[in-house]
Amino acid sequence: MGMEGIGAPVKRKEDRRFITGRGRYTDDIALKDMTYAWFVRSPHAHARIRSIDTSAARAAPGVVGVLTGADLAGDKIGGLICGWMIHSKDGSPMKAGAHPAIAAEVVKHVGDQVAVVIAETRNQARDAAELVVVDYEPLPAIVDPAKSRAAAAPQVHPEAPGNLIYNWGLGDEAATDAALAGAARIVTLDMRNNRLVPNAIEPRAAIGAYDPAEEHYTLYNTSQNPHVARLVLSAFVGVAPEHKLRVVAPDVGGGFGSKIFIYPEETVCLWASRRIGGRPVKWTADRSESFLVDAHGRDHVTHAEMAFDADNRILGLKVHTIANIGAYMSTFSSSVPTYLYATLLSGQYDIPAIYAEVDAVYTHTAPVDAYRGAGRPEATYVVERLMETAARELGVDPAELRRRNFVRSFPHQTPVIMAYDAGDYEAHLDAALKIADYAGFAARKAEAKARGKLRGIGFSCYIEACGIAPSQAVGSLGAGVGLWESAEVRVNPVGTVEVLTGCHSHGQGHETTYAQLVNERLGIPIDQISIVHGDTDKVQFGMGTYGSRSGAVGMSAVLKAIEKVEAKAKKIAAHLMEASEADIVIEGGELKVAGTDKSLPFFQVALAAYTAHNLPAGMEPGLKEGAFYDPTNFTFPAGTYICEVEIDPDTGKTEICSFVAVDDFGKIINPMIVEGQVHGGVTQGLGQALLENCVYDEESGQLITGSMMDYAMPRASDVPSYNVTTTETVCPGNPLGMKGCGEAGAIGSPPALINAITDAIGNNDLSMPATPEKVWRAIRAVA
Amino acid sequence: MTKVTMTVNGRSVAGDVEDRTLLVDFLRSNLGLTGTHVGCDTSQCGACVVHVDGRAVKSCTMLAVQASGADVTTIEGIGTPEALHPVQEAFRENHALQCGFCTPGMIMATVDLIKRKGTDLDEATVRHELDGNICRCTGYHNIVKAVLSAAEKMAGAKAAAE
Ligand code: FES
Ligand code: FES
Repeated sequence: MGMEGIGAPVKRKEDRRFITGRGRYTDDIALKDMTYAWFVRSPHAHARIRSIDTSAARAAPGVVGVLTGADLAGDKIGGLICGWMIHSKDGSPMKAGAHPAIAAEVVKHVGDQVAVVIAETRNQARDAAELVVVDYEPLPAIVDPAKSRAAAAPQVHPEAPGNLIYNWGLGDEAATDAALAGAARIVTLDMRNNRLVPNAIEPRAAIGAYDPAEEHYTLYNTSQNPHVARLVLSAFVGVAPEHKLRVVAPDVGGGFGSKIFIYPEETVCLWASRRIGGRPVKWTADRSESFLVDAHGRDHVTHAEMAFDADNRILGLKVHTIANIGAYMSTFSSSVPTYLYATLLSGQYDIPAIYAEVDAVYTHTAPVDAYRGAGRPEATYVVERLMETAARELGVDPAELRRRNFVRSFPHQTPVIMAYDAGDYEAHLDAALKIADYAGFAARKAEAKARGKLRGIGFSCYIEACGIAPSQAVGSLGAGVGLWESAEVRVNPVGTVEVLTGCHSHGQGHETTYAQLVNERLGIPIDQISIVHGDTDKVQFGMGTYGSRSGAVGMSAVLKAIEKVEAKAKKIAAHLMEASEADIVIEGGELKVAGTDKSLPFFQVALAAYTAHNLPAGMEPGLKEGAFYDPTNFTFPAGTYICEVEIDPDTGKTEICSFVAVDDFGKIINPMIVEGQVHGGVTQGLGQALLENCVYDEESGQLITGSMMDYAMPRASDVPSYNVTTTETVCPGNPLGMKGCGEAGAIGSPPALINAITDAIGNNDLSMPATPEKVWRAIRAVA
Repeated sequence: MTKVTMTVNGRSVAGDVEDRTLLVDFLRSNLGLTGTHVGCDTSQCGACVVHVDGRAVKSCTMLAVQASGADVTTIEGIGTPEALHPVQEAFRENHALQCGFCTPGMIMATVDLIKRKGTDLDEATVRHELDGNICRCTGYHNIVKAVLSAAEKMAGAKAAAE
């Protein structure tokens, strides 16, 4: 490992601009003649729009235009789409209702947009929006997914009778029923995976700019995947043809999934810029708007049964889940509670039979889509809560019950599609037990008891799947896109390098880690390497960053391109040094003839490629190569988390005393960045388990937790410092042996915390978030 | 419109603002100092922290007219890419930022925290003092480390100067 190569904890190249306030986020961009958009949003969860009177708003100071859903339909701008087709058990396609970018007839959740006001300043737009008079006929609303299928429940979309989008199944139901019937013991659990608001600290923003002379559109956007945005906006929504639309995602302040999706607001900004004659239109969400209209996460209601034999081996698992999709199907919403969820229900365990059934339902709430982990946290919560519950009911040690059921030989085919390629689950369990000093727990519990505190310990042995692929497989499961990645490596005549990637960094540190890969292979210092991403005019195509794919998929594409550069550079060097191509090695920034003292610095070979004065016969000038990489399988990071808590029985308040995370992410490029990803992910998971909860009022459908005053975000004093370490089994599925680390923390930590709290209080009946009030009541319920 | 004048990062500036204009909007829109961010609308996140007359203030919660006549320092004013403030350096050294959006506010709050509480800090104090700043990316672990390390370095530098 070099100082800047693979495995080195290199300090981030991108930090200098961020720590000095010189980052460039979408809202920091000011274009000439820019106007500002403010959306008029529905105060009702469900209502018919009788009429909209925009005359007073049009006459207000500074107003440039007021546009409604009727204008949008008149311009034949299509609705937003869900890009993953799911079929129900009976073979019928999912029943998706229309998703107009501005509602024209019926509003379906609080915050649904009904008009947009464009003005010279943001305040003028906001003031004028107050003057738009919308006559609503309020209708009854349904917000609880568990109740939305009831016969009397209000209907969200006529296309989906009974609010059912699909009734999907995975696995062998008969075999699973047989396993349950033959079990020595069945453990049953009802769970709610609480609804979350992603809350990246940068609110979403968009600037649409239309150039009438070129009939060309530019969108600056807080996006995790600008190319997908361009594809959807052109091919499906029809705002602009693809070759006339440039999408730029500059610095983006966190995403966690919520900035993957193609939303109404960016659609409207692009279209509105053309409608007002080409002046740019900027929209920046208020945090209150983010709460109302960003896609939320989770919101599952689940019943699960796990069957054991007399030796405490798992025989089968049967799961039924109701997944709340919200009022509209967001871009990838259909895949989250299906292929990203039920396929992980085998956990780290050898389970002969699994059957999962999922009802996806509409409600009058904001759309629900992928949020850090997307389906995998929900699966892990089901499996790991069941395992802990089983250990208690069977009277065995929770670590040993897990150990007994681990998958031990690889590859391992689960009953739910996934083929685990590599892992060593005992290695991280053993490491975590040691670091957490599990052996000393009983003494710590006794000591806490003497102080009047309840101490508990909880486990979570999670598995997840990253780098969704290969494209052909996901296509056969209904994905509307391929999930490969592209890269281009441009060596300049002076030997500096630009790497263009279709992935997008919004905190992950690609400007550093991708440069480390180039450094490892070509020996060029990382300050002579630039990473270019987030601009569809520069990078031809890519799928963006989510699902922990930027390493395993994105960097594999970069590696492929580097290998092509190396091959050509070797040919040139061999020619220049009159050696055999097979004898050329690249080392420390030089091309050497093995076994001799002949060498050429890399930059001289680069220069030779561009001067083209002396190249091998027939060789094209230049040193620039591109590659597309389509993986052969998912990757399967896994790990063990152990959480220890202390609870004050008088207040129900939980203190997290220690949190140990041992993860197997395969090969690691930059351990400093990987640890940071775990810290952040774990905190989001602990936030879900302890604090965060998105609540809609059952009667009115109003969002009760609509600001950071009402929705408890984890703060520095809510969480401890973490004990994070890794084990390694190399991923055989990609050339770098990487598995991905972006989501593990959020996937593995919620059950660890709830298992710890329920252990401490001796009551297993506790739902997330474990607020002091709930914990206090749970203590009393068993006292 | 009201005319405001103030000193921002050592430079005197003036501008005409609506009475309701927030200090953060004046800094970002009128002065183009976009390092100060807006992450919420309820004074919760701290992405907007600047120093007004030497004290940390959430600039989303102060009107521009209230800051008229004041001495304001923003993230752009405490250090430059070539000459970083020790707190900036500590954030980089300790990987205390990911997306960077909360970072200017975190750094400004930290500079203020060390000024108020001194350099002899412990983890619990740092975590408590940073309660007004939300970070969604880092899980705070490395931010706490950075604050403690900055405090230590600043104590060392002070001792060396004495
Ligand atoms: S923007 Fe000032 S506290 Fe959030
Ligand atoms: S670094 Fe992204 S919010 Fe703190």
